[in-house]
Amino acid sequence: MSAAALLSGRGPRLLLALLAALVAAPLGVGDYALSILIAVLLQAYLGMSWNVMMGFAGQFSLGHALYVGLGAYASGTLFVHFGTSPWIGMLAGMAVSAAVGSVIGLLGFRFKVMGVYFALLTIAFAEFTRVLFDHWGWVGASSGLVLPVTNRASDDLWLLRGSPTMFYYLILAMTVGGFLFSRSLLMRRIGYYWQAIRENEDAADALGIPVFRCKMIAVAVSAAMTSIGGMFIAFFSNNLFPESIFSMHRSLELILGPIIGGVGTLFGPILGAVLLTAMGEAFTLMGETIGIDGVKQIAYGVCLLVILILKPGGVWPWLRTRFGLDGGGK
Amino acid sequence: MSTAPMLSVDNIGKSFRGLRAVNAVTFQVPRGDIVALIGPNGAGKTTTFNLIAGALPLSDGRVMLDGRDVTGLGQARICREGVGRTFQIVKPFAGLSVVENVMVGALRYDGGDVAKARAASLDILNLLELGDKASLPAQTLTLPDRKRLEVARALATRPKLLLLDEVMAGLRPVECDRMVAILQGLNRETGLTILLIEHVMRAVMALSDHVVVLHHGEKIAEGTPSEVTSHPKVLECYLGEEHA
Repeated sequence: MSAAALLSGRGPRLLLALLAALVAAPLGVGDYALSILIAVLLQAYLGMSWNVMMGFAGQFSLGHALYVGLGAYASGTLFVHFGTSPWIGMLAGMAVSAAVGSVIGLLGFRFKVMGVYFALLTIAFAEFTRVLFDHWGWVGASSGLVLPVTNRASDDLWLLRGSPTMFYYLILAMTVGGFLFSRSLLMRRIGYYWQAIRENEDAADALGIPVFRCKMIAVAVSAAMTSIGGMFIAFFSNNLFPESIFSMHRSLELILGPIIGGVGTLFGPILGAVLLTAMGEAFTLMGETIGIDGVKQIAYGVCLLVILILKPGGVWPWLRTRFGLDGGGK
Repeated sequence: MSTAPMLSVDNIGKSFRGLRAVNAVTFQVPRGDIVALIGPNGAGKTTTFNLIAGALPLSDGRVMLDGRDVTGLGQARICREGVGRTFQIVKPFAGLSVVENVMVGALRYDGGDVAKARAASLDILNLLELGDKASLPAQTLTLPDRKRLEVARALATRPKLLLLDEVMAGLRPVECDRMVAILQGLNRETGLTILLIEHVMRAVMALSDHVVVLHHGEKIAEGTPSEVTSHPKVLECYLGEEHA
């Protein structure tokens, strides 16, 4: 598709305006707002990574915290012990995550563990790994891994030591990159094959598609993408605990964005992340104003339910058709 | 060009636990011919198809495609060997558009070039008179159109042998005649070999060079369309003994 075609239409133009606003954001917003934006973009990025496997290829993972953790620990541990750049650690994390994802895929796809049973398998692996890291002294075991914080005065992009603004631009670049990468996946052969497998595996098989190989690629790509998000978390938060990084809660939180926004769509995970964070912030404020404990959680839950009942396919597919935003992709 | 038949089915059988669904069925489909597989409900026609296409493992027997033994290869491998199939119970990729459905079959060629696959798929859709519906979601198609989509998708894999499982079912007589004409055209112009399961006798009579009749999982007769329709065993299984 030519650049001109890419820029025509309402959807893409809105997208560009949004991007411009995001690039300019650190100039105009305070530290708190910046931290919110970072959280939104991180959730969007992780949601997109999960979306490759579930949304495109139809393989349900409920244990993506596993790859977040592996990416975080691979880069974090290499940095703490050897002073290795997170960029190299990131590659290590991607390799490890893709390998572990492939093992899960091999077990699941070879032995026809499908649907929710496959999801259970992914949870099991995430939980095993959490327990393993909880007892692994070299990575800090249950007392965690702390990344030394120095040199805060100037940003060091090679070692990723620096200001929140640097991290903001990093996660913005990751989200844009993840979006473009997802889009290019959908537009090439593997994307069509994945969607065919998602829609009807038997028919895909009858058309000569190497189903097993395509599913393996989906897991490996999704796992590697997710692990980059883990690297970001490690260097942004500077401390890692198996209890939280590999937690079931993280796996669920990660898939909520795409589910609300629209599983299998390109923009759904981003929209979902924005909506969830906006809801979270609004209800926190509401809870504080009213002053009753638990109001936030109840309102949040009710809101999720309402969205899922009204728009079971996610908000984005509805918005897209409602406002004619086609052209910006799926 | 080899002289072997396009498809040679040799003594194939399939048991589901105790049930013998297909038993010692042998027939051949000569290169460039159109052969029909007919028989009453439950005769084992679709099972025979699934055995040929590799969707089900054979209990016994051998399947040769274009002189090559394809026995026991999986469905995807057999497709890549040159067998395109449709499903009796249609299986569209519901969330994809009509043309995208066909592209999935076409993408194996031209190194996976999406633009070329789209162009080739549109040609096939035009041939099947689905061209104007190319960008609709497949789930919006009516059943007759879904049947046509099945054929289009199978054709996109550029098969040597096309297996059609009841693609005329639910078509109006005019539509049925159109489909017959399309298939005859393909057969004549590209030399495509076709094996079809069909209940619509109008189509069977018009299309087939040769008819194989199954009953209770066994072959009871074969011959030209007029031969089998007057065969006593065939009349008996369709109409009962007193008519034979």
